[in-house]
Order: sequence, then structure tokens, then C-alpha cells
Amino acid sequence: MAEPEKDALSGRETTGHEWDGLKELNTPLPRWWLWVLYATIVWAVAYTVVYPAWPTLSGYTKGMIDYSSRGELAKNLAAVKQSRSSWINRFEESSVSEIAADNDLLTYAMAGGRAVFAENCAPCHAAAGSGSVGYPSLADDDWLWGGKVDDIYTSIRYGIRSDHDDARVSDMPAFGADELLNAQQVADVTAHVMSLSGGSAANAAGATVFEDECAACHGEDGTGNRELGAPNLADAIWLNGSGVDAVNAQVKNPKHGVMPAWVDRLDDVSVKQVSVYVHSLGGGQ
Amino acid sequence: MQEKMEKNVILLAIATLITISIGGLVQLVPLYALDSTIEEVEGMRPYSPLELAGRNIYVREGCYLCHSQMIRPFRDEIERYGKYSLAAESMYDHPFQWGSKRTGPDVARVGGKYSNDWHTAHMINPRSVVPESIMPGYPFMATTELSYDDAAEHLKTLSIVGVPYTSEQVASAVADVKAQATGEGDVDAMLARYPKAAVGDFDGNPDKLTELDAMIAYLQMLGRLVDYTNYKPEMDYR
Ligand code: HEC
Ligand code: HEC
Ligand code: HEC
Repeated sequence: MAEPEKDALSGRETTGHEWDGLKELNTPLPRWWLWVLYATIVWAVAYTVVYPAWPTLSGYTKGMIDYSSRGELAKNLAAVKQSRSSWINRFEESSVSEIAADNDLLTYAMAGGRAVFAENCAPCHAAAGSGSVGYPSLADDDWLWGGKVDDIYTSIRYGIRSDHDDARVSDMPAFGADELLNAQQVADVTAHVMSLSGGSAANAAGATVFEDECAACHGEDGTGNRELGAPNLADAIWLNGSGVDAVNAQVKNPKHGVMPAWVDRLDDVSVKQVSVYVHSLGGGQ
Repeated sequence: MQEKMEKNVILLAIATLITISIGGLVQLVPLYALDSTIEEVEGMRPYSPLELAGRNIYVREGCYLCHSQMIRPFRDEIERYGKYSLAAESMYDHPFQWGSKRTGPDVARVGGKYSNDWHTAHMINPRSVVPESIMPGYPFMATTELSYDDAAEHLKTLSIVGVPYTSEQVASAVADVKAQATGEGDVDAMLARYPKAAVGDFDGNPDKLTELDAMIAYLQMLGRLVDYTNYKPEMDYR
């Protein structure tokens, strides 16, 4: 090979490449940079040996340490479970009422339950369970299906009118839409319902309709029935909106709140924690 | 050689293309050829025509720009969203909706998490149920009638790229849309073709078959098809 050509002015070597009479000075990469490059190449080769990498005819090379991201996750989960075992096991073995009665577990349940609630329940029941139209408040002592922690646990596990086989279900008939009552009867019974909570004067005709058609679910005095999820109509708390129009609409063509089942989405410890959390929110019974 | 390359832009482009293609092919081709890429699971089926219509709206509206459908195998993700996504769960997706940006939460397993009522309220105005939401509302979906006379063509097109729709499914596509969205017609036959499909009037307006019906039918099936009872995750560690 010929001696590299030297640039007359700077005295440095050129690369010998020429563009339109201009020649490029040979400025090699810094030594440290080159070494880093070589090191990364060695690293990459080693990586393909240690970790799964190359495809083969029937699969791929598994690497030396038998790594898989899913396997790693399983190990990670097992380790977490192990580190929590002192209290997780007690959650698994205890019923929700036992947890609610145990100060130690209650503290864990409140912290865990709050997190579960914020992610899964707040979009419907609102922050801290304050509820909105169609989504009951969980922070008061007015319960549709029961406020004991076991009732709450059942409501959450299987849901209400959900597609789970063990869901709580009950359907108020569509008295207006299905013409079970005529318009006058609907108006009368609406007036009667309004009078139950002291909103208007008594309506004798409405009271008769109520006794015949509604009392079976809502009770003679309209205070509701938790076996059937029939709300108390004699208080100021309304699930599907307050006022004559809302009550009238419910009698004509009722809304039926749907709450998903959580037994297949959340693990049992989380369901227990959130049950205890909900129970503590307001009027747990 | 180097001198030639440096001075000829076309040669340089061709050589660059070849080099990059080798890298790409080495990464991608084996995945298509390997049997182990897609897990063997029970329960996966192609989308029902109504779900497919909803999925097309999902793509049209760019929901994937804010929502991923890919739960990665990390503890924080599975604790929040549920079981990690399997490759099998997107084997009938053309194109897949894995996404890469989570302005909103992952929706790969949103099916069954909410009621149809909630989805209706949320799609029309997200802030009516989640006051702090920054998701845009899509009120027009509740009023726009779903156009589905071409449902069979959509199924046919997908079968060209390998989705195993039967000729029976193609032939009954339009009827299946109606059956799933109204609960009327031959619902049992529809459910036999598409097990676990959610049936009913989804958007609370039984008079009209809207885009929102299709959208919610799609959302309600997401992540619910695979039957995990006999699934052994350790067979698919990778
Ligand atoms: C899709 C909306 C939705 C989500 C999400 C939801 N709920 Fe509900 N929940 C409802 C509705 C609607 C009802 C009322 C059902 C009815 O009308 O009887 C209800 C009822 C309940 C009840 C029974 C209340 C009573 O008065 O008896 C409890 C307890 C409850 N939810 C807890 C939870 C918890 C805990 C979560 C989260 C794990 C949750 N809910 C998530 C919609 C939802
Ligand atoms: C088969 C049982 C059943 C019968 C009969 C019944 N209801 Fe109901 N009713 C319910 C249930 C269950 C709900 C709660 C619906 C929900 O959870 O969304 C309800 C809700 C209501 C509400 C709304 C309450 C609120 O807090 O928003 C009103 C008002 C009402 N019923 C009035 C009546 C009247 C008036 C009659 C008789 C004409 C009647 N119901 C008959 C079961 C019944
Ligand atoms: C600008 C970003 C953005 C776009 C675009 C967007 N979303 Fe959202 N989405 C969000 C955010 C943020 C949330 C969380 C707050 C909420 O629930 O509204 C969310 C929540 C959701 C949820 C509830 C998820 C859960 O598990 O709580 C669903 C379902 C959903 N979006 C569906 C859609 C659909 C369908 C589209 C397209 C038509 C869409 N989103 C477009 C940002 C977006």
C-alpha cells in the first residue's frame, strides 16, 4: 500500500477520497469510542447466548438462564405473595365479617380496598362512593340489597343483574309500557309514592293501587325490601332520580341498574378488602 | 467500493435498503414461521359482524391513539387490568389494536367491566360519569344509524387474509347484526356461530340500530373470549 498522502497545509493525513478537488482529512474515531463499539458487539453476542434469541427450525434457542418474561412475572408474583403471606393468608381464611371485626386486618383492608375502589368502582359509584343518578351512594345507610358486610360481599362478588349465574336479580314490571296500569292509575300511584316521603298530600286511589301492585316488593308502607332489591320509597334518597317526573318514568318504564360481577375480575382477597372498605364508608350495618 | 457508494446516491439508497431489510426480515420472518408464536387456547373465535362493525368504528375514530389493547406481563399491569394479553387474542385482528400510547387506560379486558348504560353515558359524554375525564365525547354515535348492508363483504374480505369465517357466517352476516343488536330473530343460531357474544339493545334506544350499539357490543366482548379453565400458562412461557 502506498504511503498515505499528507495534506500540505495542516500536515495531516488525508483519506485519499477526493470530491471536485477537495480532499478529506483523515480524522479517526476516538479510541474510547471504538472500544465502546466493540464492547457492545461482544455484549450483543453474549446476550444471544444467555437469553432466548435465535430462531431454529422447530422453535428458538432458549438461552442459558431459561429466561421468559411470563415466567419471570410468575416468579415475581409468587415472591410478592410470599412476602405478604403473613396477612394474605389470614384474609384468605377469614370471612368478611371476621375481617371487619379484626383491627389489624381492617387496616390492611382499608388501604387495599381504597385502591381497588378507585380503579374499579369509582367510575360508576363516584369518588368515595358518593354515587349519582342510577348509581347508588355507598356512603349512606340506605341499602338496596343489604348493608351487612356479608350482603355487600355478595353484591360485589356476583353483581346485580349481571351476566353471572348467581347475580342478584329482580325486575320491576313496566306498569305503563306493558299497560298493566292505565294512565290514571299511574298518576295516582305516583302521587301516593310522593306522599310517602311527605312530598305531597295522600292519594287514596293511589294507595289502593300501591297495595295491589307495589306492596309485594316495596312493602305495605313503601319502606322497601332488601331481598328483592326494592328501594325504600318513603325516604328522601332516590336511586333513579327524585321528583314526580322521575317516579312517574320509573312506574311507566322502569330502569334496572346493572352492576358487574367482580368474582372473575378481581381475586378474592381484593373483593374482601373492597367489601370491608365499602362497609366502612358510611352506614355499614 | 466505499468511494463508489459515497458518491452515488442511488447505490447508497439501495445498499441501505438491503442492509435494513436483512435486519427486519431476521426479526420478523421466524415469528410467522414458528408454531409457538400463537398460543393454543380454547374459546377464541372471529368477531361477530356487529362486533366487527364496532371495531371498524374504533379504528375510524382513532381510539387506539389513546387506548392500548395490550396488557404486558408486568405485575403493575396485571394487577390493574387483569391477565396479560395472549398473542392468540389478536390472531383475528387486521390490523391489531395493540396501540402504543395510554392517554386513557388499556381496554384489552374492558369487556364486562361496565354496564351498557355506563358505556352509553360515557361515550356520549365521558364527564357525565367520570368528572375528571379528558376523553372526547362521541355523541353522534348515539344518533348515527349503523350502516351494515355490507357486513358480509367485511367478513369476506377478512377471510381473504386468513380469518376463518365460514360461508354460513358470511351468508348470515346481516341477519346476525340484527339479531345481536336487538335480541330478535334467530339469536340462538347467532350465538352458536359466535359464542359468548353480548346480545341486546346496547345503547338504551331500541328504535334505532346505531353506531353506538356496535361500539358497545365490541367493547363488551374485549378480553372475554379465551376460556382459561384448561389453560396452562407455564406451557406458554416466553
Ligand atoms: C358499571 C357501573 C358499576 C360499577 C363499575 C360498579 N358498580 Fe356497584 N352498583 C352499580 C349499580 C347500577 C348498582 C345498583 C344496582 C341496583 O339497581 O340494584 C350497584 C350496587 C352496588 C352495591 C349494592 C348497594 C346496595 O345499596 O345494596 C354495592 C355494595 C356495590 N355496588 C359495590 C361496588 C363495588 C365495590 C364496585 C367495584 C369493585 C362496584 N360496585 C362497581 C353499578 C356499578
Ligand atoms: C317485582 C318487584 C317490584 C314491583 C312489583 C314494583 N317494584 Fe318498584 N322497584 C323494584 C326494584 C327492584 C327497583 C329498583 C330498580 C333498580 O335497581 O334500578 C324499583 C324501583 C322503584 C322506584 C325508583 C326508586 C328510586 O329510588 O329511584 C320507584 C319510584 C318504584 N319502584 C315504584 C314502584 C311502584 C309505584 C310500583 C307499583 C306500581 C312498583 N314500584 C312495583 C321492584 C318492584
Ligand atoms: C384523547 C384521548 C382519548 C381518546 C381519543 C379516546 N379515549 Fe377513551 N379514555 C380516555 C381517558 C383519559 C379515559 C379515562 C377516563 C374515563 O374513564 O373517561 C378513557 C376511558 C375509556 C374507557 C373506560 C376504560 C376503563 O377501563 O375505565 C373506555 C371503554 C373508552 N375510553 C373507550 C374509548 C373509545 C371506544 C374511544 C374511541 C371512540 C376512545 N375511548 C377514545 C382517553 C381517550
